[in-house]
Formats: sequence, C-alpha cells, structure tokens
Amino acid sequence: MKKSWPLWEVFIRSKSGLDHKHAGSIHAADAEMAIENARDIYTRRNEGVSIWVVESKHITASDPDDADALFEPAKDKIYRHPTFYNLPDEVKHM
Amino acid sequence: MKEQNLEAHFQAKIDAEIKIEPKDWMPDEYRKTLIRQISQHAHSEIVGMLPEGNWITRAPSLRRKLILLAKVQDEAGHGLYLYSAAETLGADRGDLVLQMLNGKAKYSSIFNYPTLNWADIGAIGWLVDGAAITNQVMLTRTSYGPYARAMVRICKEESFHQRQGYEIMLAMSRGSEEQKQMAQDSLNRWWWPSLMMFGPHDGESSHSEQAFKWKIKRKSNDELRQQFVDATIPQAGLLGLTVPDPALRWNAERGHYDFSPINWDEFWNVVKGNGPCNRERIAARQKACDDGAWVREAALAYAEKKEQKQIGARQTAAA
Ligand SMILES: [Fe+2]
Ligand SMILES: [Fe+2]
Repeated sequence: MKKSWPLWEVFIRSKSGLDHKHAGSIHAADAEMAIENARDIYTRRNEGVSIWVVESKHITASDPDDADALFEPAKDKIYRHPTFYNLPDEVKHM
Repeated sequence: MKEQNLEAHFQAKIDAEIKIEPKDWMPDEYRKTLIRQISQHAHSEIVGMLPEGNWITRAPSLRRKLILLAKVQDEAGHGLYLYSAAETLGADRGDLVLQMLNGKAKYSSIFNYPTLNWADIGAIGWLVDGAAITNQVMLTRTSYGPYARAMVRICKEESFHQRQGYEIMLAMSRGSEEQKQMAQDSLNRWWWPSLMMFGPHDGESSHSEQAFKWKIKRKSNDELRQQFVDATIPQAGLLGLTVPDPALRWNAERGHYDFSPINWDEFWNVVKGNGPCNRERIAARQKACDDGAWVREAALAYAEKKEQKQIGARQTAAA
C-alpha cells in the first residue's frame, strides 16, 4: 500500500467553558481535512463546539515506566490538600 | 523488570481492574489478540455498511432514507473508531485493510447474507444491531483502555440503530397482510444468522480461555447468545411475529428460553467464504479501495505542495 495519510489526535470542547478533551484519532492529508474528518467522525451528535487537531507525531507522552519517578513525589505531600488542616468547628466555611 | 515479573505485574493490574493503556507493557500475545479482534470488529462495521447501503436509494420515504443514511454513516464512524484503537497497538491501518481484502482477516459472517427487501432493513437494525449491542455492552468493560472507550462511544450510538429497526418491523407488522408477511419472512431469514453472530460454543472457541483471563472478554459466547434470545423473544411477541424455531420455549427452571441447536455447518461454511455474498462484499470493498486510491494520493500531493508553498513564503518573508 502507498504512503498513507498521517495520523492526527482530536480534541473536542463539548461546550463553551469546558476544556478540550481527547476524543480519539483520525487520518487526514492536512490540518484542514483533519478538522473536517474529526467533525464527521466525532461530532455527529452535537458533541462539540470546537475542535483541535494535532499530528500524532508531535505529541510527546511520558513513559509509563517513569510513572513512579514522576508522580510518586506528590503522594506524600498531603499538606497540599485542605483536609490536612484541623480547624475548630466555629470556622464554618473555609 | 524481567519478562516474568512484567507479566505478573500486568496480570495484577488486570485483576485489579486497572485498564491497560497503549504505552504500558503487555504480553505480545495480548497485543496480537487485541489487534486481531479489534480489526475484525472494525472490518465488520465497514463491510456492514454494504447490505444496508443497498437500500438507501430505495427507502420508502424521505424520513426512512435520512435515518438509514445516518445509521450507515454511524457504522463508518464505528469502523474508524476501532481502526484508531487498533493503531494504538502499533498496527498499520493500511495493512489491516489489506488483510481483510485478501481474506486473512475476517469480518462478521452476518454481512454475507443479502438484503432482499425493505423488511430486511428492519430486521437488521433490530436483530443484527441488537446482537452486536449485547456483545458491545460487555466490551465497554474490556481491559484495554482505547478499545473500551471506543465501545462506550459506539454503544451510545447503537441504541438508535436498534430502535429504528424495530420501528420498521413494527410498522410492517401492523401494516397490510402482505407487509406483515414480509416482516415475518425477514425474521425467518435473519434469526439464525443473528444467533450465530455470537460465535461457536464456549468449548469450541480457541481463544476464549486466555481472553477471559486477560478480561478482554467477560461473558462467554453462549451466555451472550442466551441473553440476546431472552431479550428478543418478548420483542418478537410484541410484533406478533414468531421466530423460526419449533423448539423455542420458556424454561421456568432455568429462567431462560430454550432454543434449538444451531446449524454450525452453515456457520463454518459462511466463515470459510461460501456464504451467499462473501465474494460480492470483498469485491465491493476492493473496488472502493481501488477507486479511492487516486483521491488519497492527490490529497497527499496537494497537502505536500501546500506545505512547500508555506515554507517558501516564510523564507521569503524572513529574507
Ligand atoms: Fe456499529
Ligand atoms: Fe449499528
């Protein structure tokens, strides 16, 4: 088979005020076609008001083997969460 | 980590219901099994457009035509979600399509049966999509993340497919005597092939044990088939139609419907390529692939040219 269209990752904002979220991927010859294909494939039922596409080769993902090194340090820092602090009941909403 | 430890770690994740994601370590056999299963599933969605596409231009009303168009377009989308999921495992979409065209990869045998009249569009939506949904709902909980997510998306869209099919059957079974006959005839022809969609008996399906251990599958073929029969028989009753099985009856003790043994010779015959439409389906897919080749090439050439122009313009601006 001849050279195929590159792969693109599709991100969709489902409504104004929300973040774009990864929806899946598609093939397209260029960015314009990627938007059109993403529209046809991922928003047939009003799933979106805005689409981002980015060629998959431009995405750098963290290595699952590095997950501990990357995310472990955050685990023991419970003082970063509001529930760590004991305040008297009189302080109602804080 | 050593291979053995990796494998134990992998299985522990599966046992703990943690999804496996594309970059995670996985056994080769898990990857291969998934690529095979997901791509066959994708091919089924794509080939599945053919029997229904056959009736788009002859739908009995504009309403029905719009609905059928939307449904068939959904199936194309399902195929594409699934090819994407297979690609996250390192498969090349072009290769997968090629394997389908040269017969190395299968698609669901149900699509090798012809759609003879409009009632078949009703029966397909009701029974074929209904059977597919039974399987797909289970697969929303499959252990591979991208496959599970594709299934969630698909299941959301599928229930319209089944409902529109059932609505056609309802209209026909409440229509003229002739229309009711058509609906019954269609049910007669699609019933057994629909039950075959769940695949061979549990003991006879070669991959099932490992697929359970890896939680790719969570219910056996026979369990799913029974679930489908139990759900569908009352629906047939509501239509005033009967399934072509003299042995079908409610078994109060089991709490399930009993039904006759399946004609597995027919099943294997169709799987091996001798169904009524196997050659026609592959020929149609091959033609679509060949006829579209110049479009794919031209789009790529255009994109490359446009990019060159942009680079050129940027260089001129910078100079
Ligand atoms: Fe589908
Ligand atoms: Fe469907």
